[in-house]
Amino acid sequence: MLHTRSTFTGFLLKTVGLLRNVGIPADRVVNHRPRASVCGSRSDRFDIFYDRISCLPVRFYSSIGAERHAAKTCDVDESRVLEFPGGTVTLTSEMNFMSESTVRIPCYQVLDDNGQPIARSFEQLSKELAVKMYSDMVTLQTMDTIFYEAQRQGRISFYLTSTGEEAITIGSAAALTNDDVIFPQYREPGVLIWRGFTLQEFANQCFGTEADYGKGRQMPIHYGTNKLNYFTVSSPIATQLPHAVGAAYSLKMDDKKACAVTYFGDGGTSEGDFHAALNFAAVMESPVIFICRNNGWAISTPTSEQFRSDGAVVRGIAYGIRSLRVDGNDALAVYHAVKAAREMCINEKRPILVEALTYRVGHHSTSDDSTKYRPSDEIEHWRMNRDPVTRFRKWIEINGWWSDVEEAELRSDVRKQLLDAIQVAEKAKKLPLANLFTDVYDELPSNLREQEESLRQALKKNPQDYPADIPI
Amino acid sequence: MAATLVRLSRGVSICRRSMSTFSGQDHVETTKGKRMNLFSAINQALHIALETDPRSYLFGEDVGFGGVFRCTTGLAERFGKQRVFNTPLCEQGIVGFGIGLAAMGNRAIAEIQFADYIFPAFDQIVNEAAKFRYRSGNQFNCGGLTIRSPYGAVGHGGHYHSQSPESFFCHVPGIKVVIPRSPLQAKGLLLASIRDPNPVVFFEPKWLYRQAVEEVPDHDYMLPLSEAEVIRQGSDITLVGWGAQLSVMEEACADAAKEGISCELIDLKTLIPWDKETVEASVRKTGRLLVSHEAPVTGGFGAEISAAIVERCFLRLEAPVARVCGLDTPFPLVYEPFYMPTKNKILEAIKSTINY
Repeated sequence: MLHTRSTFTGFLLKTVGLLRNVGIPADRVVNHRPRASVCGSRSDRFDIFYDRISCLPVRFYSSIGAERHAAKTCDVDESRVLEFPGGTVTLTSEMNFMSESTVRIPCYQVLDDNGQPIARSFEQLSKELAVKMYSDMVTLQTMDTIFYEAQRQGRISFYLTSTGEEAITIGSAAALTNDDVIFPQYREPGVLIWRGFTLQEFANQCFGTEADYGKGRQMPIHYGTNKLNYFTVSSPIATQLPHAVGAAYSLKMDDKKACAVTYFGDGGTSEGDFHAALNFAAVMESPVIFICRNNGWAISTPTSEQFRSDGAVVRGIAYGIRSLRVDGNDALAVYHAVKAAREMCINEKRPILVEALTYRVGHHSTSDDSTKYRPSDEIEHWRMNRDPVTRFRKWIEINGWWSDVEEAELRSDVRKQLLDAIQVAEKAKKLPLANLFTDVYDELPSNLREQEESLRQALKKNPQDYPADIPI
Repeated sequence: MAATLVRLSRGVSICRRSMSTFSGQDHVETTKGKRMNLFSAINQALHIALETDPRSYLFGEDVGFGGVFRCTTGLAERFGKQRVFNTPLCEQGIVGFGIGLAAMGNRAIAEIQFADYIFPAFDQIVNEAAKFRYRSGNQFNCGGLTIRSPYGAVGHGGHYHSQSPESFFCHVPGIKVVIPRSPLQAKGLLLASIRDPNPVVFFEPKWLYRQAVEEVPDHDYMLPLSEAEVIRQGSDITLVGWGAQLSVMEEACADAAKEGISCELIDLKTLIPWDKETVEASVRKTGRLLVSHEAPVTGGFGAEISAAIVERCFLRLEAPVARVCGLDTPFPLVYEPFYMPTKNKILEAIKSTINY
């Protein structure tokens, strides 16, 4: 190993410091303590520091400046410094290559797989909020099941489920307000459900009806609504990240008590736009929350073939962004993490990165069969043992907020609403042909007027070539 | 082409090409103005844009200190570093950030330092900015976005400080592409682009930043987009161009006139959506068309103009449409004088079209 004790200690102190900021319980950190690698005088300081974190309130997250200071290493002569345009650094005679990530950043969790709280204390949720979170997760789950089937029956052309990742979108949405603007990837309809997008509105989009806000122009699941501050989904990966930074800058300039929130997957972190957005956000001090759904798979590419860093979280730190890793299958942990992130983001005008570890239990989309590239038992393990909806249900049941009767009622009610919504959408009209040409620009330019005219001539000659359900 | 070297800021220098300047008289009231070069006119337009709209922002690489071409001089001092600022060196970030800013109802004026470096932002422009309104059913738009970028030959810019990438962007429904030919035009077209409710890619002819000097009205004015302008009346042949190339074409027209050929010269100004009607009307009159641009001939926007005019004026044409353009090579340093669509190449093409 190339790293030395001192740099290792510095790294660890920073790591623990970051955990402290978002209230990682001490027992989650203990396994990652350095054993042989702490040098003499520093170990005392570390132990003091370490002991302190266990008694800190869960939601304590102050500036990380203190532990930056504490991270000075023992073999450095602090009087010898190099001043350069980027600041002042101390000089050392030791050639210490910093290690690649050998210590995995721990993952913040509140509820274990059985819905039992493992955190010593956490902000209790109201029954109302908890039940809404659960109901919305069930709604999302049910919607996925039924739309997936609708696609299989050929009623819609495409679909993409959130299965296994329900806690991330619902947990985060619950921690935000509707003034926070969302720049989604595409696996975040949970946020829309939380904000009140109706099942009929989802169906309208998937069926491309006249009521679809996107006017039938995009594939299913490309939702968007200005009423709910949810920017329209576009398929390219990670392109929405820099948009969120620009929007956040606008919110900051307008002195709004709101932030921008953008979602993306583990694959998205390999895109240039990920780099661009994180770097811009840090430099511009934009109040944006980056939420990475690290679900292990970018279509068929596992994270081991995607990056060699310890996920996304360490990269946030490298860009100068306060970052946290959270159990993405723990809705309560996601909720608390995003709530804390939002507070820091808005009050301190700074970006925050939250990496949620999870698993894509469904296929990438209806065009994918994931059993071709990953073992079925891996999928089954996550479906059976780590399901976020079941975990949250156990917790609300422990609290006495939920019963089997309510469960059965909810599921059958959502199912019925969905089947109705599909029926309505299937019978609904499409928008007239003129909508093919509008909205390219604010006004129709002459070339589009000509092309519309010429298309209408072609239609008259060969009407059989065109779909009959589009009104001319 | 004369080769007097003129030093620009930060080691950028250009070869002086002999040129005349035009005063575009259309749409601009003749009011008091000063003689100024193109970068000063751009600077004046940016001052007006930021002054007249408190929700306007200007940003890009090295914009804060005034920019490598001095277009943004004095703006950060005047409007503050929150509204006029440097960005990290990352073109996709600049445009992506600008889209988000514009989507929140701001005017985002983004600078890409050289058009040669716009390609990392191509995805953001093509897949995001251009489709933002359409894909959302007009629920969202980023119409407040204007991307300014210096383009074109500069005398010794080689591969990466000389390109004219306009045709790539002309293939993208949803954006507008605008290129001015002179200081007066630059000011009016830039203000119109910034205030247009659609994303605009605004290419500035860097060769003209210092070379083109003319009187520019002091006041706030805009020149219409998607309107071409006949800048020289003639009856034998129509020439269509844009940006810096117009000065070369103007010289060719003057030389042709000495040989008794009457040329009509049109500045297209906006490449998409373009003003076919003005070009068509001219070609119906002259019966001949020549298009000229610095970008490589194959797939250049001249091809589109040529095809569209042949469709509309086939029976009126007396000769094939001539294209005098850059060669299908990377932009070559020492061979630049060979690569360029020079005055005499144009003059010869005019004559062979007339004598066809």
